[in-house]
Amino acid sequence: MAVDAHHAGHAVDHSKPLELSTEEGELKILGFWFFLAQDMILFACLFATYIIMHNHTAGGPTSMQLFDVPGFVAETLILLTSSFTYGLATFEMRRNRLKGMITWMVITALLGMSFVGLEVNEFIHYATTGAMISRSGFLSAFFTLVGTHGAHVTLGIFWMISIMVQLYKKGLNPVTARKAFIVGLYWHFLDIVWVFIFSVVYLPGVMK
Amino acid sequence: MSGVQQFLSHFFITGPFEIGGDVSIGLVSIAILFILTRYKLWGWLWREWLTSVDHKKIGIMYLLAALLMLFRGGVDALMIRTQLAIPGNSFLQAEHYDQIFTTHGTIMILFMAMPFIFAMMNIVVPLQIGARDVAFPYLNAISFWLFFFGAMLLNISFVIGGSPDAGWVNYPPLAELRFSPGPGDNFYLLSIMISGIGSVATGINFLVTILKMRAPGMTLMRMPMFSWAILATCIDIIFAFPALTIALGLEFMDRMFGAHFFTVSGGGNPMMYVNLFWMWGHPEVYIVILPAFGIFSEIVPTFARKKLFGYTAMVTSLLLIAIISYFVWLHHFFTMGAGADVNTFFAIASMFVAIPTGVKVFNWLFTMYRGRIRTTIPMLWFLAFVPNFAIGGATGVMLAAAPADYQYHNSYFLVAHFHQVLIGGVVYGMLAGMYYWWPKMFGILLEEKWAKWGYWFFNIGFYVCFMPQYPLGLMGMTRRMYTYPAGMGWTTLNQISTVGAFIMGLGFIFIVWGIVTSILHPVKDTTGDPWDARTLEWSLPSPAPHYNFARIPQIEGRDAWWAMKQKGLTKLDDSTPIVPIHMPKSSGKPFIMGVLFFVAGFGFVFNWFILAALGMVGVVILLFSRSFEYDTDYYVPVDEVKHTEALYGRS
Ligand code: HEM
Ligand SMILES: [Cu+2]
Repeated sequence: MAVDAHHAGHAVDHSKPLELSTEEGELKILGFWFFLAQDMILFACLFATYIIMHNHTAGGPTSMQLFDVPGFVAETLILLTSSFTYGLATFEMRRNRLKGMITWMVITALLGMSFVGLEVNEFIHYATTGAMISRSGFLSAFFTLVGTHGAHVTLGIFWMISIMVQLYKKGLNPVTARKAFIVGLYWHFLDIVWVFIFSVVYLPGVMK
Repeated sequence: MSGVQQFLSHFFITGPFEIGGDVSIGLVSIAILFILTRYKLWGWLWREWLTSVDHKKIGIMYLLAALLMLFRGGVDALMIRTQLAIPGNSFLQAEHYDQIFTTHGTIMILFMAMPFIFAMMNIVVPLQIGARDVAFPYLNAISFWLFFFGAMLLNISFVIGGSPDAGWVNYPPLAELRFSPGPGDNFYLLSIMISGIGSVATGINFLVTILKMRAPGMTLMRMPMFSWAILATCIDIIFAFPALTIALGLEFMDRMFGAHFFTVSGGGNPMMYVNLFWMWGHPEVYIVILPAFGIFSEIVPTFARKKLFGYTAMVTSLLLIAIISYFVWLHHFFTMGAGADVNTFFAIASMFVAIPTGVKVFNWLFTMYRGRIRTTIPMLWFLAFVPNFAIGGATGVMLAAAPADYQYHNSYFLVAHFHQVLIGGVVYGMLAGMYYWWPKMFGILLEEKWAKWGYWFFNIGFYVCFMPQYPLGLMGMTRRMYTYPAGMGWTTLNQISTVGAFIMGLGFIFIVWGIVTSILHPVKDTTGDPWDARTLEWSLPSPAPHYNFARIPQIEGRDAWWAMKQKGLTKLDDSTPIVPIHMPKSSGKPFIMGVLFFVAGFGFVFNWFILAALGMVGVVILLFSRSFEYDTDYYVPVDEVKHTEALYGRS
């Protein structure tokens, strides 16, 4: 794109993918990358805290006693799949097929909801056995780390729905494409964070 | 006492100072309301300021807020010094004293220094790189209002609920519920978390602005040094603030939901907080000093009439400082006992910072060498900065010697060190920047007589106040003690220090008075370039029109405006036709978002979770409603641009 595109305001560069075809799109996507960078540090701090706290159970339940292998494996599979289905939505967007795109987004959101449902279930189950956030340092760190991720996912679902509505109402244009693309970045990012939760929290938590 | 009475007496703090606070807040509010109504200014206030997304206006609002907070923090400081003037003083009780030094530190760093740097970057960066606004003007307004309402939340703690009193670092276990019951520390946590969201957003916003919106031809290595400094600052903000968010967030979980991050009994570890806090805290000191370095890098070439010496070295040292600042945090608690190896690493890394810093100072001096120096007010502040920062850096290196720090740690020696760098570096830098860019902001020149009185009083007062604190620290006086017995040999030095503080207070009054007289008897800046300066912002009329540049200039080298002037130009090239200018629309939502965050924060502070939830739901609704808004910008028609330019005598 020409260096001075931002003087032209809404100029569209058709040689680029729709979401990057305007200056606004380019700026917002770059800005979102920086947002993700700071979110990554945020999670890194939570992970560090969790690693320190893992064995500080203060006589309460340990990760070994608590974590339920089929449960977290199911959560993992569902979230990974949802990242893939969002990838398909982006794929349809690049081909300018709105219907296919929205369909995949709906599927993604449904998968996201089942993930959150399972997680809430898991948390409630822990809480009923007395494993609450106030029980020990370990549980504080666990609930905060995994809960922060879950809150991110929940927000992402609502956000995705609102973008679907906008896509439905306005069709595909540089603005809606950019919005859908950014939700996608967010969603994939959360997926990556979950991979870390899986391999830093759950796996070592159930291994001797 | 009835329940209601009991509640109210805890809610509204009653004591001589608080009632004084109540009365003055009440009077000032009434005065403001009166003036706004009497002169029918409400509409103007809402249209021109509260809903503005113009970076120049947002910058001015930051500046006003910073000066107000400097005043509030300054009054705290004078109360601290009054208490310490004589041994065994009973001017303040211990509890009060703790609250005052806590709010003093918190306000000065987070609600004075931060908005001051945000003021400078908002006012200058887009003008300097040839842009019409920042990358995300709407987000920029949100950042401001989050800062503003965060600051309000902290400030009302003085009269409602009680101030925080666990120090500006708010370490557990002291800051935990068990030892600090009541809302005070919640005010600290909530206000900083709210304004912190705004700070991160500003970091992202300006990084994208600088990377993506420079005028054509302005490569990174042609960019003015202040913009470089802001680029480095933004990187620091983006990567440091999350650590603070987590430190405070976890403490919040401890206090609100009984979590055990930092309570040893539940398996927590308070040193975790200390580490997280300083992973932000040390980069934070560079977040506030780098913009000051940037300001000096503009002022020195302008008033020495020479190009900046060693541009590349300046850029390199900026980036080096920004990066090294992540590897030194542990020097704030060598006494944690991490072991000789760890302490050695952090000690050496800390001393390394002094090298790029030294490079910068020498480059400024070399820029001055054989220059034709004009000792204007901004230049005077720079000249005062140099020895100040040299001493501050030297004492910093002393503190960074880990074994010796076991002696200095948390003594008045430390207190003197960080005031030396924060006042002598950050405050001097920001004042210099304020004097330098004031004509660009308001279109009037500042008078020099009172400014000079202010300068000398503040500067002399500084040494009188803080030099005695180094020996006091070596004599064993620790920080945060609310009084001391006679016969320790500390009395004289403390008295001198207190005198110095009041001299600084007078200096501040003179500075403000100088500004007030300049506003009452304005001398207009008709040229737009009163200092005969070098960078692009001075090519514009003062104050710049709301779209900044009628035509975006083509840049051919460093010091773009200076180069044009060398070619005999007196204004930017205006031979090309004007085209309609794309600008963002004003919006009331950022302001409302600030109010809602305030409501939520207030709810959390008092554990009124319903109120907190209402506030948060409001925030979410606002976010989504903005997402559905498509009509967010407009084009300034050519006629309007031509008309505006003509008013400035341009075409
Ligand atoms: C060569 C440069 C510097 C070095 C080596 C250095 C070193 C240190 C060390 C070792 C401490 C901790 C001492 C202790 O707690 O015992 C410290 C504290 C501090 N420094 Fe520096 N410093 C330098 C520059 C700066 C600058 C530029 C600033 C701010 C603009 C700054 C602000 C502070 C603050 C705010 C504290 C103490 C905060 C607190 O404990 O409340 N320093 N410095
Ligand atoms: Cu430090």
